[in-house]
Amino acid sequence: MNDIWAGLEAAFWLIVTLNTDLLEITLRSLQVSLTALVIASLIALPLGTWLAIRRFRYRRATIAGLNALMGLPPVVVGLIVYLLLSRSGPLGVLGLLFTPTAMIIAQVIIITPLIASITHQAIRELWADYHDLLISLNTTKKQRIMTLIWDARRTLLTASLAGFGRAIGEVGAIMIVGGNIDHATRVLTTAIALETSKGDFALALGLGFVLIALALAVNFTIHALSRTERDSTW
Amino acid sequence: MVTLKAGLTLTAALVKRRQKTILGPIDLALAASGFTIVLGPNGAGKTTLLKVLHGIERLSAGSVTWPITEPLVRQQQAFVFQSPIMLRRSVWANLAYPLQLLGRPRAEIAQKVDDWAGRIGLETALNRQAPRLSAGEKQKLTLARALIRQPQTLFLDEPCANLDGRSTREIETLLRNAFDNGTRIIMATHDLGQARRLATDVVFLLNGQLQDQGLAPRIFNAPGTPQSQAFFAGEIVE
Repeated sequence: MNDIWAGLEAAFWLIVTLNTDLLEITLRSLQVSLTALVIASLIALPLGTWLAIRRFRYRRATIAGLNALMGLPPVVVGLIVYLLLSRSGPLGVLGLLFTPTAMIIAQVIIITPLIASITHQAIRELWADYHDLLISLNTTKKQRIMTLIWDARRTLLTASLAGFGRAIGEVGAIMIVGGNIDHATRVLTTAIALETSKGDFALALGLGFVLIALALAVNFTIHALSRTERDSTW
Repeated sequence: MVTLKAGLTLTAALVKRRQKTILGPIDLALAASGFTIVLGPNGAGKTTLLKVLHGIERLSAGSVTWPITEPLVRQQQAFVFQSPIMLRRSVWANLAYPLQLLGRPRAEIAQKVDDWAGRIGLETALNRQAPRLSAGEKQKLTLARALIRQPQTLFLDEPCANLDGRSTREIETLLRNAFDNGTRIIMATHDLGQARRLATDVVFLLNGQLQDQGLAPRIFNAPGTPQSQAFFAGEIVE
């Protein structure tokens, strides 16, 4: 219990004194996770929608595979990305290992299946509701996809926020591909892991509270901007 | 006024699902104008017939021909489903949607949406979410959304099922106005009273087969088959 109080106290002082190290790793956490979120959303939202309305031969197997990929172990993703980006790997020439870009790549791989799978589920249900109407109105494929994405936008926002939650709290993969280098690739989660291993539980807890506050703040901000839960909207 | 010139024609039309015959084979010719009521008990094939005529149900065999070229068929037709399909948008956005698909100018869309909202009594509810309307309001909205494109032909699949008398009367008034303005209407219903009030001609289906067809006075006064005689006498036919 003392550690938790000490953690709260540490978090309080880190924030009120605008600790520069805290600011730096917080901004890096946001930069890496939000960039990964945007890239993953650009891939996953159309992919999930396409899977919901398109019929093709191996559709069920593809959806089952996508759902299975939601459980990808981040450490294994980190290891594979590490091997791809390491000097002797096929993408080693790009020199991306131990950079924020490598961390973004790992996070995109981890969260894309999650967002795509939730998108697929949401759009599939909406498509079942809208199917007859949209066919009857002679809509083009593009019009159907745009209509479905627009009308499911709040559920898709939830899918994206779930992806953000997984990305901002991820530690295994980005530790491997980022290396937790001070002033270069250190983010909140890797800093927490480091302080815990050093035995500085108060600072680790303090950083943990900052991480939780950050995740909540991003969620509240996006909900406020998208005007969810208002009486006249979804 | 029913003209004799054929508008919609089914030739040996057959619809099967998983080896089960849902409709046909039937031959049917519908006039280019009029208010056709499709009658029959549950499972008679009324909905399937309407969907075939609208072009959204594939035929297993036979053919359907329209008086206009096929790509234009669904642009010049509209369909009102038995369960109102509401876009998860406001009343305004639901009314505007068919016009937006056609790329109509914003001013025209706004003017038509206001006009139709007034006609269905939802002018003060334009910003309400459509799925939260009452059953009667939803059905009026789907009817207005179908008519806002001024279709040549309007199909309705039991639009007044589960509605009270007042809502039914409002829907019927909208339908009569559309018919008077030249819209060809083909509607399925269970309600014999409604059929008598609205029909210019009647199609009677039973077990996916066409049992009787003709102008409303003849069908109601002198049904042509034992099955249709029993049905119009109020007996239960299967």
